[in-house]
Order: sequence, then C-alpha cells, then structure tokens
Amino acid sequence: MAGKKSSVPFGGTPEQEQQLREVIASLKGQAGALMPILQKAQGIYGYLPYEVQKIISDETGIPMEKIYGVATFYSQFSLNPKGKYRISVCLGTACYVKGSGDIYNALQQKLGIKGGECTPDGKFSLDACRCIGACGLAPVMSINEDVHGRLTVDDLDKILAQYN
Amino acid sequence: MKTLEELAALKAKAIEAKAKFKRRVHVCGGTGCTSSGSMKLITRLEEELKANGLENDVEIVKTGCFGLCERGPIVIIHPENAFYSKVKEEDIARIVKEHLVEGNPVKDLLYEETVQGDHILPLEETSFYKKQQRVALRNCGEISPEHIDEYIGRGGYEALGKVLTTMTPEQVIQTMLDSGLRGRGGAGFPTGLKWKFAAGNKADQKYVCCNADEGDPGAFMDRSVLEGDPHVVLEAMAIAGYAIGATQGYIYVRAEYPIAVERLEIAIKQARELGILGDDIFGTGFKFDIDLRLGAGAFVCGEETALMTSIEGNRGEPRPRPPFPALKGLFQKPTILNNVETLANIPQIILKGAAWFAAMGTEKSKGTKVFALGGKIKNTGLVEIPMGTTLREIVEEIGGGIPNGKKFKAAQTGGPSGGCITSENLDVPIDYDNLIKIGSMMGSGGLIVMDETSCMVDIAKFFLEFTVDESCGKCTPCRVGTKRMLEILTKITKGQATMADLDKLEELCEHLKHNSLCALGQTAPNPIVSTLKHFRDEYIAHIVEKRCPAGVCKDLLKFTIDKDKCIGCGLCARNCPANAIARTSYIAPGHKLASFEVDQTKCVKCGVCMQNCKFKAIAKK
Repeated sequence: MAGKKSSVPFGGTPEQEQQLREVIASLKGQAGALMPILQKAQGIYGYLPYEVQKIISDETGIPMEKIYGVATFYSQFSLNPKGKYRISVCLGTACYVKGSGDIYNALQQKLGIKGGECTPDGKFSLDACRCIGACGLAPVMSINEDVHGRLTVDDLDKILAQYN
Repeated sequence: MKTLEELAALKAKAIEAKAKFKRRVHVCGGTGCTSSGSMKLITRLEEELKANGLENDVEIVKTGCFGLCERGPIVIIHPENAFYSKVKEEDIARIVKEHLVEGNPVKDLLYEETVQGDHILPLEETSFYKKQQRVALRNCGEISPEHIDEYIGRGGYEALGKVLTTMTPEQVIQTMLDSGLRGRGGAGFPTGLKWKFAAGNKADQKYVCCNADEGDPGAFMDRSVLEGDPHVVLEAMAIAGYAIGATQGYIYVRAEYPIAVERLEIAIKQARELGILGDDIFGTGFKFDIDLRLGAGAFVCGEETALMTSIEGNRGEPRPRPPFPALKGLFQKPTILNNVETLANIPQIILKGAAWFAAMGTEKSKGTKVFALGGKIKNTGLVEIPMGTTLREIVEEIGGGIPNGKKFKAAQTGGPSGGCITSENLDVPIDYDNLIKIGSMMGSGGLIVMDETSCMVDIAKFFLEFTVDESCGKCTPCRVGTKRMLEILTKITKGQATMADLDKLEELCEHLKHNSLCALGQTAPNPIVSTLKHFRDEYIAHIVEKRCPAGVCKDLLKFTIDKDKCIGCGLCARNCPANAIARTSYIAPGHKLASFEVDQTKCVKCGVCMQNCKFKAIAKK
C-alpha cells in the first residue's frame, strides 16, 4: 500500500521541492519530527502524494511504511488533492442536533459529489469534520479559512456563489 | 526578566497605560464572533475613532470569548460595561458618535436584557452571567491575548514568581492536593496526585504536557481559554514543571483551531523574549521551555498515552497502562498531562490559596466547571459555574430555556463517552460523582440540550458513527465491536431490527466496556446504555411498531397529504425532487381544484413538500 500513487498526476514544482527540503532540514533533528514535517509538506503541496512522501523518507531516513502509516491515520492528512475551496461541514454534536446532517446532504446533492471527493473541475472538495469549536453558531461549515454559521439549506447557493 | 521587581514594574506600567484611555472598547476575537464578522468591526471602529479624533482617548481591545456566542459579534464598552450584541458594521458609526463622543449608550443596539428604562444593567447582572463565577475564564474577554503586558497587568506570572521564589516543589504539590482540583478533561483525576507521582520518579528528563486536543464535539472551553488567555496555560505549565522537576513542556493542540494556534505561538514568543520561559527564570536558576505540537484530526489522541505516541511522531494509538505516564510517558520519561481548563485554574490557586479554591463547589468536586451550552437552547455559549449548580439552573436560568416553545427532553454530557440526563434529574447538583451516579459523566464539559424533536436512537447512532470513525483499530473489541453496534443501531432506525438485536446490542455494550484497551472503547457504549436506560420505549417503538416517535428516522416516516385541507395549488408537486406527488380526482368541498397525493414508493422523504405547503395540509408521521 505504501507504494500506492494518487490517480491525479503529480504536478509539484522545483520551488515546492526546494521549500520542502528546507522544511525537512530545519526539523529533522527534533524528536518526533515526522508530524510537523507532514503538516508543513501538506501546507506546501495541499496534499501528500507518494512523491512527497518519498522525498521525506529519503531525507529523514524514516521508512516509507511508517510515513504512509502516519499519513493515513490522521484525518487531516490527504493523499489526494483537495479542491481550490475546501468545504468542511461540522458534524459535531451541537451542529448535528441543529440539522448539519441536512446541510451535508444538500451540499452533496448540489455539488454532485460525495463527502471526501472533489468536483471534476477541482473547484470544491467536501468533507465532514468534528467540531471546529463554533458551537454557538451551529450549524456551521468552513470553506478554506472562512467559517459560515447559523446555516440553513436555503443559504447554501448564496454562499457557494461567493467562491469563484 | 531576572527579578520579581521587574515584573511588578511591568505590571504598574501596563495598568498606567490602560488608565490613559477614557474608554475601552472590547471586541470579541474568538472563533464564534470572528465567524460572525467581528474583525470587520475593528477596522470600522478604527476608522470612526480617527474621524472623530478619539484615537488617543478610546482603546480598542481585541479580546477572547465572552461566552454568549449566540449573540455575536459582541462589543463591550468600559467603564459602563455596556453590552452590544449582534453588532453590524453599519452600527459602528452610531456607537462611536452617540456613545463614545456624546457619552450616551445606544440603547436600541444594546443586548435587550440590559436595558431597563433609563438604566443600563452591566453584563454581570444579566441572567446569562449572574450565576457564573469566572476562575478559568477570568481573563477571557478582559484582555488582549496577543499582548503579554495585558496579562501581566492582571497579575499574570505573579504565581510563577511566587512559586519559584518562596515555595518548594513539595509545597506546590501540597497546595494542589489541598485545593482538591480534579482534571477537567474528563476523568476527574486529582491534579495534585498526578503531580506527586511524577515528582516521585527519578529521571534525567521529565515532561509537562498540555492536552489541548479538545475532541469532544460540542465542547469548546479549551479553545476559548487558548484564544482568550494563552499565557495562563504557559504560566501553569511552568509551575507544574517546577513542581515535578521538568524542564520541557509540550502543548498538543488541535490543528482545527487556527486562531488558538496563532495566539499560542505569539504567547510563547513573547514569554521567551521577556525571559519568563527559558533559562534562569526570575534569577532562580529554574529552566523551562514550551513547544507546540499540532494534532491532525484524531479523536483518540485526547487519550493520554495516544497523545504522547502522537507527539513522538507516530500513529496516535494508545498504549496499555501500566506503566502510567507518571513513570514512563513521553519518550519513555516521567510525564504529566493536564488539560487546558485544569491548567487555567492553577495560577489563581497559587495566588489565592488552596482554601479559597476548596471553598467553592461540592464536597468532592471543588471549584468551578466550564460548560459549553449547545443544541436546542436559547443562549448557546460558554458558562463557568461553581460545581454543585443544578442542570435546571443551567438550562432554564443561564441558558434561557428551550426555543420555539418546545419541551426539554434530555441533556447530553460527556460527548461520545457520556450519557444523557433526563428531566427527572434536572435538580441534581452537578459534580463528577453525581453525574456518574445518574448514568452520565462530566467529560470535558460539552452540554448539548435536546428537545422533543430529537430522536434518542438517532443520537446514539450519531455517537456510534463517531466512535467507529475514530476508533484507532489497535484493539479488536473497539474496532469490531463499535462497528457491530452501529450496524444494529442502523437496523433499528430503518425498522429492520428485532428484539433479539436489542439483546445482542446490550451484550456488546458490556463486552466493549470490559475488554477495550483504552477509554475510547470502554466508554463507547455509554450513549447506548444511557439512552436505553431512559428511553427504552423509543427503541421499542422503532423495533416493534416501526415508528420513530420524534419524527427523525427517515425510513420510518411517511409524508401524507390531507385531501380535505389540500387546495390543489400544486406547489408541493412542482418542488418535489422525486416527482412523487401527483393530482388525484378528488375535489374537497369548498375547493376548486383536485387535491394531491404522495406516491410512497417514489417518496425520498426529504420534506421539501411540507416546507412548501402554505396550508399545513402535509403531515409527517
């Protein structure tokens, strides 16, 4: 499994690779450096494809198996690219009892994708998340860094239209 | 910073700087209010103050959370303590002109409850705040979390100074023991005892960890402390380091809390620059530093051994205990792990004494507890109350009751590990032991209120979906057991289960409780056990009568049109996504057009027809 490549061709640039190598060089001496390295790597590339894991493995000496194990354990890491706009619907308890399940279903219908997928044009990806701590505004979703609260299904078209 | 005198001088300077201003405008910069647009308010305020020449008379402070997130964005103006709620950008010009220039608070923009004729009530006298007692949240909403001098101005780092210059590590631990402080993260283990164990183990290196991986969906008090008062966490960790003999601390914080992460980074940097973290703190030779580690979205990492495994750079799987972390924790060294809210109490306990803290609360649960009120309740937000307050006071007085005239059904505490409290237990004083007695638990303090439209089987299923997702997979009882339990619950909500399934479910609950490796699996059955105890009849209605009494479980619902109420407008049929509604030949007496009916074989039970019908002719049963 550790050799599995993403179905999307890898499009990393030399600048990104340079950045990644600098990150690794600055962190690799630290105890428990793998998590921060993966987080920074995902920040640079937006996801963690095989090619990126391989660079990390070569530079740190950490086996690919371990990197793959860690990258697939945590829900924040993704082996597939995300959309330009990452939609994350909160399915935490406070949001759920206020109807975030309906919001999540409506978004799947509107975007024509399932949770965890990305629209074919690469614009939106949709995920469920567990509590972003804005329970006072439930139900909420975040699109990249923006948090939208007190949602109803009727609000969704207007909100999606803000993202081009 | 080498002496306490330097700290005192900084404090005096910070207080003096505040006194220069005639008024202070506090704008909430927590996640809730930021989402509601509070950052734009600050920009507008700056412009308006400048336009009116007030920039040297009025200070704008971007603070942490005030608690009443429901009413955000919140702006509070001191010294009047005037509480503006749901403030819009276009309101700012009036607030500046009428309140800040002319000195008359803008009554129609204030939180309604604070306006009493000509008189304005301060924040503390509203029903939401009146019963609260803020210890852990003491500075939230009072200071700018991004400026260390504001924290110092409120007595910050004096507790660390006191500990390092006047107390032995043993005295610090004894103070913690005497205070009766118990861990606020869920289990309620006495903090002093944890420290004592770790202090007693000899090692070349020890660690202090802070659990800021607030995973209970629906709890956000730790986020608020980190966002509103990050220095209190650093100060308490340094005190803990002195008590157990550690020189390094780690804060493990959720990456889903970007504002908290940013403010912690700023706080650590400022504390290092002032020499409050680093070598030879206050000239005593004591050395302590703190690093941040970001979580990556794994609920199980809130479990202490899993958290440490994650900091070590591995899959966050729990380890069997013993050995306990006090003996072999992070990197196999003696380690203590304290939750954010626990830590936020500590500097106050050191400064005011153990007896002060122990005077609050109940016999075995001292101090206060922060609850995150959410769900079907008017005032959603954060409240800090003395232990021993009843659920009725929280829901009815502080929370303002249930909206839309609905009836209280249950409150869920303890998240996916907890249970529900029903109306018969509304008057039980809330503390660690009482909650266990009535079949729930304190957990981290999420308190989700449910009304009669919530289906308890659906809620149990919701929590099991959560634990199935979050089970790390290391031990079989949890990995397989949670999945089997979810399958049975799904069958129940679809009306496909038998009473034998219910027996099987209860058997699995027992099995998981006794055989799982860590608390995640051991407590995963709790939502089922507790809803079964109080709402067994709802389970039986699903199984035997194939009916969902709350009208939530879609497979058991049927949408029907009352042919005599239907006027035949056809709005329902036009909006039906499944083309499941068609006209009949029946014309009701007094109507001109034939009525419609729902084809149950095509209906997807989305409820759009019911939302669109203006004549209340469609029923959901």
